[in-house]
Amino acid sequence: MIMETRSSVPINNEWDIVQARQLGRQISREMGFGHVDQARITTAISELARNIYLYANNGEITIEPIVNLGKKGLKITSRDKGPGIKDIRLVMQDGYTTSGGLGAGLPGVKRLMDIFKIDSTLEKGTNIVAIKWLR
Amino acid sequence: MDYTIKLSQYERMLAQYIEQRDERALYKGQKFSRKMLEQHVSPEDVVSMHIEVVKRIIPHVDQKVMDSLEFLLEVMIGYGFAYREHQSLRTRQEQLDAEIDIAANIQKSLVEGEIPSGHGVDIGVISKPAKKMSGDYYHFVQDDHSISVAIADVVGKGIPAAMCMSMIKYAMDSLPDYRKQPGDVLSSLNHVVEQNIDPSMFITMFYGVYHADENIFSFASAGHEPGFFYNHKYDRFEELVAKGSVLGLRRHSNYTEYRLDIEPGDMIILLSDGVTECRTEKGFLERGEIADIIRSEMHSPAQRIVDQVYYNLEMLQDFVLRDDFTLIVLKF
Repeated sequence: MIMETRSSVPINNEWDIVQARQLGRQISREMGFGHVDQARITTAISELARNIYLYANNGEITIEPIVNLGKKGLKITSRDKGPGIKDIRLVMQDGYTTSGGLGAGLPGVKRLMDIFKIDSTLEKGTNIVAIKWLR
Repeated sequence: MDYTIKLSQYERMLAQYIEQRDERALYKGQKFSRKMLEQHVSPEDVVSMHIEVVKRIIPHVDQKVMDSLEFLLEVMIGYGFAYREHQSLRTRQEQLDAEIDIAANIQKSLVEGEIPSGHGVDIGVISKPAKKMSGDYYHFVQDDHSISVAIADVVGKGIPAAMCMSMIKYAMDSLPDYRKQPGDVLSSLNHVVEQNIDPSMFITMFYGVYHADENIFSFASAGHEPGFFYNHKYDRFEELVAKGSVLGLRRHSNYTEYRLDIEPGDMIILLSDGVTECRTEKGFLERGEIADIIRSEMHSPAQRIVDQVYYNLEMLQDFVLRDDFTLIVLKF
């Protein structure tokens, strides 16, 4: 069954963000997400991939369909071995940004998805898991 | 309003507009968007609704048009992304405002105390913060033989200034009785401020004691805006000049104590720089102009004098207060 496949995209440059978006859209479409949710998932992937590209240089986005108690969902995992986040509470606040302009990155992703978990260790890297359930 | 109801409402409106192209349908659309906002419907949901309805009511739409709408949907997600951040910031702002209101009330209760009314002195006070919280401070103490008055101004305004102000209040409350001479009070406070406040913050302060038995007003100043002394005998306003460095500049500062003989009809006017830094169309207000306003009111009770001066200066500045404003008048 296709549902069980897991796909990853390494993020090394800005074009890889597009690759990750493409993969997310394709899998979410195959799983039967509506247009708006497809776009939400893609935007979330885009933000996570962009964070890797901007702050960690290299990392990986993994996208996989999951089933939990009969509920189907799409799980995005973002992994990098970058500098890590010193104060997670701070970056999870709206308006926080180190790059100028609108913040929105992580809190925005959290709002677009149903589940959002972040784990980061200084100088080791950051792991983020985000899930959107199929309604 | 649940999604299917919204959808059919939108469908009717859009159908009416495509059919008749009239202003009424557009007006309905405007009202609809307001309702969407109230219900926190995101921009991308509105676009998605539009796409769905277009598919239903316009058969055989050009695929390119549909594609363009998908593109718009994508763009609107980005918009919604930023829009929601904005909303959440606004909520946070409201919470902060509420907290500041509470803090401002606490501060008000710290400053507001009884204004003495004995020893034949008539006292008027007005103190207005430029923002919600004030960096100005004043304090009176009356005992059997004297009335003491303090006025202080923390350089800066708003919350940091207000926090420093509370510290000054407690430092003053804890001064021992034998340290109540103006020069001593200021050097004690200087020590507290120097040790406890960020080096970038300064406090100016004037402290005076009216000795009712001897009819003497003794005072000292830590870089505070000079007040006025109205000399009744010569019918003139004199500057209440006193030298001394601002609080917190050095670890040890000494403050010279000055003395004035007081006669009935004399007045002492103390102020914060918010009074002298009033900016009018013609530039900064001259100290002489302030004295003129006081002169025109000086036969009124002290409270009326300060109220009138405040009102006059407020009017001159088009009712915009740029700095915390404190004015005290003692009429003997």
